Amino acid sequence: MNILTASNIEKRFTNHLALDDVSISVPEGSIYGLLGPNGAGKTTLLRIINQITGPDKGEVIYRGRPMKADDIYGIGYLPEERGLYKKMKVGEHAIYLARLKGLSKSEALKRLKFWFEKMEIIDWWDKKIEELSKGMAQKIQFVVTVIHNPKLLIFDEPFSGFDPINANLIKNEILELKRNGATIIFSTHNMGSVEDMCDHISLINKAKNILSGPIDSIRKEYGSNVFELVFKGDIESVKTRLDENYELVSHNYESGLVKAQIKVNQFSNDNRLLKMVLPAVEVVGFNRLMPSMNDIFIHVVNEYNKSYDLKS
Amino acid sequence: MNKILLIVEREFLTRVKKKSFIIMTILTPILFAALMVVPAILVTIEDKKERQIAVIDNAGIFEGKINETEHLKFTFLKDVKKDDIKETFFESNYYAVLYIGSMVATSPDAVVLYSEKQPSIDITSHIASAIKKEIESQKLLSYDIENLAEILNNIKTSIKVRTIKWTKGGEAKESSTELAMAMAYILSFLVYMLIFLFGAQVMRGVIEEKSSRIVEVIVSSVKPFELMMGKILGIASVSLVQIILWIVLTFGLVSLAGLLFLSHSSSPEAGKEAITSMMVQQGAAQVMPVNIADDNFANEMMTALSDVDFVYIIGWFIFFFLGGYLLYAAMFAAVGSAVDSEADTQQLLVPITIPLVLALVVMFSGLRSPDGAILFWFSMIPFTSPIVMIARLPYGVPPWELALSATLLVVSFVCMTWVASKIYRTGILLYGKKHTWSEMWKWIKYSN
Repeated sequence: MNILTASNIEKRFTNHLALDDVSISVPEGSIYGLLGPNGAGKTTLLRIINQITGPDKGEVIYRGRPMKADDIYGIGYLPEERGLYKKMKVGEHAIYLARLKGLSKSEALKRLKFWFEKMEIIDWWDKKIEELSKGMAQKIQFVVTVIHNPKLLIFDEPFSGFDPINANLIKNEILELKRNGATIIFSTHNMGSVEDMCDHISLINKAKNILSGPIDSIRKEYGSNVFELVFKGDIESVKTRLDENYELVSHNYESGLVKAQIKVNQFSNDNRLLKMVLPAVEVVGFNRLMPSMNDIFIHVVNEYNKSYDLKS
Repeated sequence: MNKILLIVEREFLTRVKKKSFIIMTILTPILFAALMVVPAILVTIEDKKERQIAVIDNAGIFEGKINETEHLKFTFLKDVKKDDIKETFFESNYYAVLYIGSMVATSPDAVVLYSEKQPSIDITSHIASAIKKEIESQKLLSYDIENLAEILNNIKTSIKVRTIKWTKGGEAKESSTELAMAMAYILSFLVYMLIFLFGAQVMRGVIEEKSSRIVEVIVSSVKPFELMMGKILGIASVSLVQIILWIVLTFGLVSLAGLLFLSHSSSPEAGKEAITSMMVQQGAAQVMPVNIADDNFANEMMTALSDVDFVYIIGWFIFFFLGGYLLYAAMFAAVGSAVDSEADTQQLLVPITIPLVLALVVMFSGLRSPDGAILFWFSMIPFTSPIVMIARLPYGVPPWELALSATLLVVSFVCMTWVASKIYRTGILLYGKKHTWSEMWKWIKYSN
């Protein structure tokens, strides 16, 4: 079941169209990645979902009905442009933001103590925000985003400003939130984290949703049917055994082994390839090469922009 | 509503806890009190000095005819020439030398006062009136009129226009045009300054939230309108606390200073009165050319001052300040939302500054006829009414005019807040560009 569906969203600013007929459906309990180049309209879409701005056309359905103002309490939003009041103390600031999310003062204090212990930032409680580094402030931002146990979490570029250790910490927290039943939408440029974490993605480019779906099927769809064969033996003996359905794309040597990339056309399959080479060489590894999300991202965006330029 | 209160609380507490707030709250009354008390103290010190004036009376008719006062003594020198005394003047104790030429009865410029320092207007007018009186009586005597003294006593008349206001309830109140004018200037200028002071705080607060990127974090849990309203009301509560503390502290300090420096009796009331009368004299003297040495005038002012309904004036003062503040604060917030730093605000502030300055100019020039058409209309227009109406108040304003002006002000700040919030909610999320009023006008028409 979808926890959130945005359908046919359109948003126009003074001089440009920020979102043009964009629809996304976020299944409950999944991690949904929102990808796209800078200025594509991701942040505008997230702002519409969070009711910070309204769409010109289209609607957002939350748990099967049009979204209401109160639904905000069930959502945790970490905006891309995030800052804190520099002159306030960490603890006092966190309590303020938690209370704005609807928690009582005592409840806010209890939960914040728990999270501050967990993230190992409890020592900063009485420090002023301006004394903190960017990464430290980001951790506090993360904590206050999840403090009210929202069922839907929306992170805009959650990993920007973190070192690899803390980025990993946040990644694990996000995965734990998912295990505890939360649904997560996040936008990012970090394709590595998309492959590791996301179940579904949407690729937004020039105000349009140009690619959407479960990440596995997308990668399969854009897979180029290239297999990697790792073996002990002579490359020539493999070459001579390949018929017209197969093509050796490239090969290289690594610590006494040969790695050959072989393209299979649509009339054949990987099993047959294996049968053909098995008598000649000792096979160590055989797997299908999946395109990385990075490759797909660049490929799809470039293709789209080309046709876009042709049209206009 | 709860959210707004939470925001108000934060705005209030963070501002009140600031060192600058505490310093401003204490220093301003000290400054005000000093402005009132120090000149008063100086005047009393000055007055206590006795001044000796040497008189060379070539006409030979004035000895004993120039009245001496507590602080002014006259010594008549016989057989001394003007040039002789000039040489010894600086070694002598004389404050000045008064030279009266022999032709004084016929030539008005025969009287000269030589001194090192510029003598005060009190001294010259004292001398002039004494000499004039003596010459007049000498001239009258020369007509040989019988019973002259009796006739003179008989025709002596003194006219003083007292102004007393009647109220509908049948009371009669001693009033003073000068006092009303002084109060009008002070009150309206205060409203003008306070609107700018606290309105600019709203703008700075909005810019701070925008430049520190906190604003989107907040508006993900509250509506932009609530954030803006919370800030405006939070700063309003700061301003109220500050103004009330200023009033209380200033009155306290002034009466304390009066007690310490000016009063010879031990009652604090006497000290306060001494200062208040000084204050009023000075204030009025700056407003119009009156003879401040006139004791009657000071007394008149005192009676008028004690008849002023301070609760009424302060109450309306706070109302018009708050109304004007709320009207302009919304505009200040809109401007703050459209820029990234305070340096960019200059141009956008022009539409805010013009009506405020205009109100002040109109008030200054129109106060000669406080019930005239110009002041009436400007005290109805909400953008100028806080300044102009408060200036008319000491002269007395019909209740229906007050009520109409107040209603218009309330209605327009509600509308202005609504309009400004539409600009605000778009502006706060747009970074990196300076926006113009025409763009902001378009934002008003956006759907939420």
